[in-house]
Amino acid sequence: MNALLRVEDLRLALTDSDGRRHDAVENVSFEIARGDAFGLVGESGCGKSITALSIMGLLRRPLSLAGGRIVLDGEEIQDAPAARWRELRGGKIAMIFQEPMTALNPLSPVGRQIAEMFVLHQGASWNEAMDRAEEALRQVRVPSPERRIRDYPHQLSGGMRQRVMIAIALACSPELLIADEPTTALDVTVQAEIVDLMAELCAAKGTAILMISHDLGLVANMCRRVAVMYAGRIVEAQPSDAIFATPRHPYTQGLVNSLPRLGERAQRGQQRLREIAGVVPSIQAYPAGCRFNPRCASATEICRLEAPEATPLPADGIVRCFHHA
Amino acid sequence: MPDPLLKLDDLAVHFTVGGALSGGVRTLKAVDGVSLEVKQGECLGLVGESGCGKSTLALSIMGLVPPTRGAIALDGQDVARRDRLQTARTVQMVFQDPYASLNPRQTVRRTLADPLRIHGVGDKHEVAARVADMMEKVGLRPEHADRYPHEFSGGQRQRIGIARALILRPKLVICDEPVSALDVSIRAQIINLLLDLKEQMGLSYIMISHDLGVVEHVSDRVAVMYLGRIVEQGGWQEIFEDPRHPYTRALIAAIPDPFRRNTAVTRQKARGEIASALNPPSGCHFHPRCPLKAERCASEVPALEAVAAGHRAACHFRERTN
Amino acid sequence: MKLKGGTSLWIGGGLVFIAIAAALAAPLIALTDPVLDANLMNAEIPPGWDFPFGTDAQGRDIYSRIVYGARVSLTVGIASQILNSLIGVTLGLTAGYWGGWWDDLVSGLTNLMLAIPSLVFALAIMAILGPGLVSLVIALGLTSWSYSCRITRAQVLSLKSQGYVQAAQVLGYGDLRIMFTQVLPNILGPLIVIATLGMGGAILAEAALSFLGLGIRPPFPSWGSMLSEARDQIRTVPWLSVFPGLAIFLTVLGLNLLGDGLRDILDPQSTSRRA
Repeated sequence: MNALLRVEDLRLALTDSDGRRHDAVENVSFEIARGDAFGLVGESGCGKSITALSIMGLLRRPLSLAGGRIVLDGEEIQDAPAARWRELRGGKIAMIFQEPMTALNPLSPVGRQIAEMFVLHQGASWNEAMDRAEEALRQVRVPSPERRIRDYPHQLSGGMRQRVMIAIALACSPELLIADEPTTALDVTVQAEIVDLMAELCAAKGTAILMISHDLGLVANMCRRVAVMYAGRIVEAQPSDAIFATPRHPYTQGLVNSLPRLGERAQRGQQRLREIAGVVPSIQAYPAGCRFNPRCASATEICRLEAPEATPLPADGIVRCFHHA
Repeated sequence: MPDPLLKLDDLAVHFTVGGALSGGVRTLKAVDGVSLEVKQGECLGLVGESGCGKSTLALSIMGLVPPTRGAIALDGQDVARRDRLQTARTVQMVFQDPYASLNPRQTVRRTLADPLRIHGVGDKHEVAARVADMMEKVGLRPEHADRYPHEFSGGQRQRIGIARALILRPKLVICDEPVSALDVSIRAQIINLLLDLKEQMGLSYIMISHDLGVVEHVSDRVAVMYLGRIVEQGGWQEIFEDPRHPYTRALIAAIPDPFRRNTAVTRQKARGEIASALNPPSGCHFHPRCPLKAERCASEVPALEAVAAGHRAACHFRERTN
Repeated sequence: MKLKGGTSLWIGGGLVFIAIAAALAAPLIALTDPVLDANLMNAEIPPGWDFPFGTDAQGRDIYSRIVYGARVSLTVGIASQILNSLIGVTLGLTAGYWGGWWDDLVSGLTNLMLAIPSLVFALAIMAILGPGLVSLVIALGLTSWSYSCRITRAQVLSLKSQGYVQAAQVLGYGDLRIMFTQVLPNILGPLIVIATLGMGGAILAEAALSFLGLGIRPPFPSWGSMLSEARDQIRTVPWLSVFPGLAIFLTVLGLNLLGDGLRDILDPQSTSRRA
């Protein structure tokens, strides 16, 4: 299979202020096919964002790549030189972030920020680029784009700014769009629009999406396949309909069952939500063996001693648990 | 029929913003004519997105922001006539951000004990006993009372915040997005805790949240706000199964449905961006985004009128069921 | 310059302690009377066994004058800064918390004070009060409160919307209690650093005023006036200026490091605090 992106056995290390190295992320492998939508789900601190940063070549101290390969369109890029990364970023891979206000340059009109992409990556002239920027704004459904290109980020609402980010990211029709919690800071009704917009544009341009979020529902709805990360490891990966209907890992089950969903109370009455005990461990204090074991109702001795290997599931799924469903 | 615990009567909170040099003085109508009631033992869910005024509403019920118009009655008595301490013993608040809502330089013990002292609990032993009791109730170990907030996790800090809100044994607790800033896997713990405490201590809640799943789960009645006005209110089941305002339907439709089931409510998404509260659209505030928009919507403000007993919607098309 | 752990506190504290100890123990550790023992025959002798820091133009022992001078400089520096902080913090705290007309008034006054060159203002006050240590302290205390006021006010404004301040209001805390138990402890960090910097500034301001004849008048020693007197002879008679300069430098450095160290200690989240 000719995958667009293949991440193999990725290991990312964090060097804390005392000089000790911890494996923030380990053993992470997944594939994204051309034009596909793949979701990476997990809570804060699970390593999903730094995994995305490593795919963009944006890891900085105290984080570092400690092992594994990242193969984009057949090319190994994890050790690529800075010049090659600059070509790739914006050109072949693009990323949008959670907080558009900090990702956009506050001192530059948004039209110019979009136009920059055309100038840098496609050698367009500024005039041409500004025209194309206006067209890009139209594509992301910003009303009155001819006026909006002159606006500064602070003059736009959160949803508008996120659309600008999407326009910048998709300007040069990259092959892969990484979206790191793109809608978390937005209002619910705006979130829905942005997600629809992203799905539509990426389908139209044939761009693959790597969607990163803590919201399993959002990701399962948008992506074809979902991987769940916990404490730096992928604990389960399945097609999105399966992951909600039949979650196999106790953590995923916990996530699916612990959050109240619309319509449940009408069916089952107001029941106590099923809690996941304990707290998310910090990188410096990852438990030995299976990292979820302190919080897992099904944990046994072996879970505390050894990290479970990946057990294959139907439809190319995997789960890492000694007691999976 | 006993007085409702809380009664808001045409409450309005307006702020003047700007000045001669920044485009003139304008009025921000954060809360624009809200009437609602919370009965003893009830949980009222308050739903809305940014700019809807729910936080301002909470602050004015607490007495922190003076109303421009209208009355707030707590336990039958007008809040303006109560003194600060009395109000504090009746209404309390749980804040959203557990990292910003605790004084970093105070131990948990002080955070919980000081309010007791201020309200006249003089006896050292009683104070200590009540602090320990409250900590246990919220699931914390009383031995940890002398620690500082930064030594606790986000979920534990929120428990401290809840303990602080309940230490004076209020009747009504306003929970402002109590779980949005917490990790997903611990939200269930806090929601269960809030419901348990409501049972145990006979509390009433106003649960402010943008997470409809949480609101449906905990509320008895629900009110939906948009740009300072209540657009729909009713029992939880009515609101979620038979929403009569297009904005309510849009909120429900916006929730990603991982099962992609066919729900009873036809999906109707809102278009465009939320308008600014500084310059709200005329007539029905929601009309520019509304799939049902008609001529009269831009000129006539729809009244919050009943569609069924206890279920009211502010829409000219409130009789339509989809 | 952020030193690891409690080093700032120890070094800073050490230097300041030495300065204070020298000031307090002056009569015991000085070799001569700093004013009376002036022998023109001993004028401008370089540092040596008899006179560890050399002698000045009037033949007075510089070491003894430095030791006695510590009294003046430290008193001026510390006392004026305390006065300064009391005024500035109180005004800033109340202005930021209450807002409204009081804030407008205080801000207006602060702007006025910042616009007037502080030295000129101090001069005016000294002219009314006459020269001397007490007048110096009052003058310097009354002129530079605007910095601490402005910083305090800014900190208060940013803190006002913090959940715990709102929570305190909601719990029925009175305004004064909130200001002093909730807000003030959380803004102490920058204030302490400003105060220690201010002490250094006050010591230097004293030098200027003493030079103009409005501070400590000769023949009484103060580091600042000693520096001023030696101004023209920096290259020819270096020990006249090196030692007072060094004394000022080390004391001000010590105060700054002490400020850093104290701020770290007071912050319960700082890593240098031993739990």
